[in-house]
Amino acid sequence: GIPIRTTLDNSTTVQYAGLLQQLTMKARSTVRDIDPQNDLTFLRIRSKKHEIMVAPDKEYLLIVIQNPCE
Amino acid sequence: VILLSFIGHPEIFPLVFTTKTQEIFNCRVDEDVTEENCFKLIKKEDIIQDLKTRATISDFHPIKKVVLEYPGEELLVVFDAKFQYGQNFYFVASEEAKENLLKPPETAEEKEEEKEEENREETLEVHPYKPPVHKPWVSLGSEKEVEEESVKDTITKIKYMISRVRRKFGAPITFTDKNASHVKDSYVECTSYQDKTYSIKMLEKNVGIQMVPKLREASTQTKWTYPKNAATQYFPRQLSSEEKEESLSSEKLKEFLTSVHLRMEIALQQNEIMNAFFDDWKALAEDESSSGGKPDVYLKAYQSFTDLRHLKDRTISWVCWHPTIYGIIAVSAGERLSYEEQVNLSDKSLLQQSVILFWSFFDPIHPQLMLECPEDIYCFQFSPSDPNIIAGGCINGQVILWDISQHEEKLQNAKTVADGIEITAVNMVNASILNMLEYIYMLWGKMGEEPPLVRYCAVSSIQYSHEKPVTDIHWLPDYFEDNRMGATFENRAETCVQLVTCSPDGSVLFWDIPATKLPEQPSSEKVKEEETFYVPPDVPDTSKHPDVCWKPLIKINLRESDTNIEYGPIRISLKELHYHSKPSEKVQSLNALEVPAKESPYTEMSIPSSKNLKVLENISTDFFVGTEDGEIVYSDWEMEIHSDSAKPVSQKHAQKYIIHTETINTLQRSPFFKDIILSVGGRNFAIWREGVTNGPILQSSCSAGRYTAGQWSLTRPGVFFIGRDDGNIDIWDILKKTHEPSHLQNISKSTITFISPWTASPNQHFLAVSDDLGVLHVWEICQPLSHPSSNEDANVLDYFEREVKYLK
Repeated sequence: GIPIRTTLDNSTTVQYAGLLQQLTMKARSTVRDIDPQNDLTFLRIRSKKHEIMVAPDKEYLLIVIQNPCE
Repeated sequence: VILLSFIGHPEIFPLVFTTKTQEIFNCRVDEDVTEENCFKLIKKEDIIQDLKTRATISDFHPIKKVVLEYPGEELLVVFDAKFQYGQNFYFVASEEAKENLLKPPETAEEKEEEKEEENREETLEVHPYKPPVHKPWVSLGSEKEVEEESVKDTITKIKYMISRVRRKFGAPITFTDKNASHVKDSYVECTSYQDKTYSIKMLEKNVGIQMVPKLREASTQTKWTYPKNAATQYFPRQLSSEEKEESLSSEKLKEFLTSVHLRMEIALQQNEIMNAFFDDWKALAEDESSSGGKPDVYLKAYQSFTDLRHLKDRTISWVCWHPTIYGIIAVSAGERLSYEEQVNLSDKSLLQQSVILFWSFFDPIHPQLMLECPEDIYCFQFSPSDPNIIAGGCINGQVILWDISQHEEKLQNAKTVADGIEITAVNMVNASILNMLEYIYMLWGKMGEEPPLVRYCAVSSIQYSHEKPVTDIHWLPDYFEDNRMGATFENRAETCVQLVTCSPDGSVLFWDIPATKLPEQPSSEKVKEEETFYVPPDVPDTSKHPDVCWKPLIKINLRESDTNIEYGPIRISLKELHYHSKPSEKVQSLNALEVPAKESPYTEMSIPSSKNLKVLENISTDFFVGTEDGEIVYSDWEMEIHSDSAKPVSQKHAQKYIIHTETINTLQRSPFFKDIILSVGGRNFAIWREGVTNGPILQSSCSAGRYTAGQWSLTRPGVFFIGRDDGNIDIWDILKKTHEPSHLQNISKSTITFISPWTASPNQHFLAVSDDLGVLHVWEICQPLSHPSSNEDANVLDYFEREVKYLK
């Protein structure tokens, strides 16, 4: 994916955009394979350090990276 | 017809005789036959005649067959007046029965019946034995059956006779073949045909099957795909800024954002509410282990050390663990002085030589090492960078240094010596008497042996030392150094070279360590140094008392700024002393240091030129002081350069708190939180936070006995130990209870003088407690008390924050 607007630095943004785009495609195709009427609305990845939230759409993708609240 | 066979009379057939019948046969009732004379013999032929004439009407019809079969000529008919058999007459069907009935007519009817029964049933009646007499065979009708069964020829057999001409016998025979089907009617065949009425459907068929693998050779050729760089992109595609602007303002993007932002908001809110990274599973396990029942034992007695020669009637004033060698602990003994004696030290007579004893876990009877002290030592510390240097403060105000590097190996091998003794003890059983004697002698010799005595290698000059006992001594951390002006400089050598001492005479002194070993070639610069002095290498031989001065570097007089009253600090706690929080790391670095360094780093020491070192500005110079009047004073040592005169003025504003009623005996920072301090004195203790000026964040209520010692636990942030004057140790756990100790343990009978915890290994935590009798008790801290629960750090911190807020 090509980033349009970002608050991070360029290289990180590009990396996130590319990787998450592919992951979202995969996730969406998985959901639709199981039930063709279904579609992916939201994707959340929780890791040890951050939480990544992805909201997909037909053309665009909104990615939010959050640190855990301690 | 009642079949009398059921009642035991098979030959009696009851009959109804009509009057007609009675007339015919002359057996009219009450005329021909009476009750007494009931028998009537009727001829068989008459009955048959009657049957023929009257057929079915005849009364004898039912018994027609019986009559016809009746063998005799006359049949007996009996008049049954009493209807015994159901009818008025009965007919007796057998000759035998007839005879029986007729013959003894006198007897009563019952008896006759009985007799009949008896005769039929073959009962035992005593008859005189008569050998069986030939009786003519009486046919009972069985010859008819035999006749029926026997096989007889029904037709005569056919006889055939076949003859042949004689000459035809024995002649040669010629056979010929002939096809049967050619000749008509030469054979009869029976062809099979499908019978429609008869068909079996085969439902099951047994079939044998054998599987034979078919061998077939086949081969394929796969195309090996190997990755080949088709194209390389070395910078990502990016939209130009106009394109970005365009897409940013496009309608589609706006729609997208409106549709998506709700979902994102929900997710973010969820994250806000709940910490998603909390591992419930781990937390559950730890709660289980900590809350599972109250452990009874918090401290387990491990060892006790005492020495009768040196520690008799003495009290232990300070206990210190060896920082690197496992199981070595040092105690300083002092006279047991009452308060007045302590004040007037001049009256004290030194009966016994004051020593610092080194104990090893493996030898509880013999101390390993003894350090000679000119006076009683009140406090001492191992140098954190080199555990062979020990600095101690005397009761007369001097500061003393020891170097035990020669004995370091012995201390490390203390374990093996103990093992050696044990092993020989085991072999005692097999040893001969001579060996035994040798061994006993050796042991005795060892017992009488004094531990090696180490003389001090440096002592400060009396003029420049404190005037009262040195009550607290600390090594300054190895990364900064002070100079005369009070500015802190970086210390590159990474060795601890400075000490701070305090004494109730109101001063805090900063000392520089003198060089203790003579370098190979005394350099001219070294000679010029005033502060350094030399001690010959073999220290025990020296007779020359070192009186070249060792002066303190900085002297700070603690006095109240406005009233000029001096404080008498007993304990001092600087902010930057935080060795204890990471002992393991220090150990590693020390080990690394020890191996290559043959020479003590102190030989090469010289006062570095201040130009090359950078000034450390952000080292905090604040400190806490606990005084002998029970006050806690907070101040800092950095000297200001007074603007008017060039003379440095010490001491900025100080804060003073009076919480304790008697002298402070402990002032210690928590090993976990740099700004939390525990102060123990008199009958209570308090926990302070640096920066919180209102007062202590926790203050205990006055207790019955005096608190004489206190230490934070090294492993659990919320636990500390308080020693009392009745020999008990209070274990306080802030997270459990804050108004009283969570556990009490009795250690000894006399006052506890010092507590020192130590972590020897991750599983072995010790608590050394010394008492007034000169005994050192080493207790092992059991797991519940040594292992922090999860988040204990955070919980304790939370607690302190709350308390601070509460104060405000």
